[in-house]
Amino acid sequence: MAETAISHAHDAGHGAHSSTGLSNNKLGMWMFLGSECLLFGGLISTYMLYKGRVNSGPQPNNIFDIPFTSVSSFVLLMSSLTMVLAVSSAQRKDERNMNLWLIVTALLGATFVGGQVYEFTSFYREGLGFTTSLFGSSFYTLTGFHGVHVSVGIIMLMALVGMNRNNRIPGDRAEVVELIGLYWHFVDIVWIVIFTLVYLIPS
Amino acid sequence: MSTATEHIEHTEGHEAEHHGLSDKQYIYVALILAALTAIEVSTYYVDFGPFFMPTLFILMTVKFVTVVSYFMHLKFDNKLFTYLFYSGLLLAIAVYCGFLATFKFFLQKG
Repeated sequence: MAETAISHAHDAGHGAHSSTGLSNNKLGMWMFLGSECLLFGGLISTYMLYKGRVNSGPQPNNIFDIPFTSVSSFVLLMSSLTMVLAVSSAQRKDERNMNLWLIVTALLGATFVGGQVYEFTSFYREGLGFTTSLFGSSFYTLTGFHGVHVSVGIIMLMALVGMNRNNRIPGDRAEVVELIGLYWHFVDIVWIVIFTLVYLIPS
Repeated sequence: MSTATEHIEHTEGHEAEHHGLSDKQYIYVALILAALTAIEVSTYYVDFGPFFMPTLFILMTVKFVTVVSYFMHLKFDNKLFTYLFYSGLLLAIAVYCGFLATFKFFLQKG
């Protein structure tokens, strides 16, 4: 009986653990990320198929601003560093640095999204609307979906900072930060692929 | 009761567990990733000739695996997480390569 009580107390404080001894939350997150590969795989392959289909409007090579997108990519890459530093701080129970790195990560993410909004606006002004061509549709869908993922990540980061300040994070704090970190890094690796396949490889 | 004690010890050991690299090592990894990104961007300005596509694909793969292994801790974590993630990734690659092949995408590019 005592064993069961302790086991339940353990589960409540640490997130339920499976028979493998691993956290169910973490297993679920990795499974979710594996399934997200299929979502982005579909969007990327659709873009690859349609990037040459330009009946009207600008061509990909004429519209992309590689120096600007390179800076955006660098910003997102560095946000992965600040995220892993936040996870590391959380594991050391260093709350001050954890909050600091989470806020810096959210700011870098917001900079990336701001850059994407600027890019979309300038493309639209140059004549590339969502329905201008198959290239435009597939480009905006792919990069837009990625931008939404980054925005959701920013909301999760800011919610985490707010909940941590009010001491309202349930269970193991380090694990919660790590799970959000996994999502954030996933968004970064998707951009690594998009940056190469969409921007650097000409149509 | 001994099982309960073992359970508590396991929990404490789990909490104390700190897998991964040190902060300094994470910064080194980020610097390597930044350098690889710089090489990627240089392919836009410098003519790599026949090495253009292989260079980009190799750099992309190295960056991807580095982030997954070190920043996402897959290198240090339980292998089950690796299998879960890479099985999803490999399934996606297989499905969409098949999808692109049905549209003769590779023949057009080749």
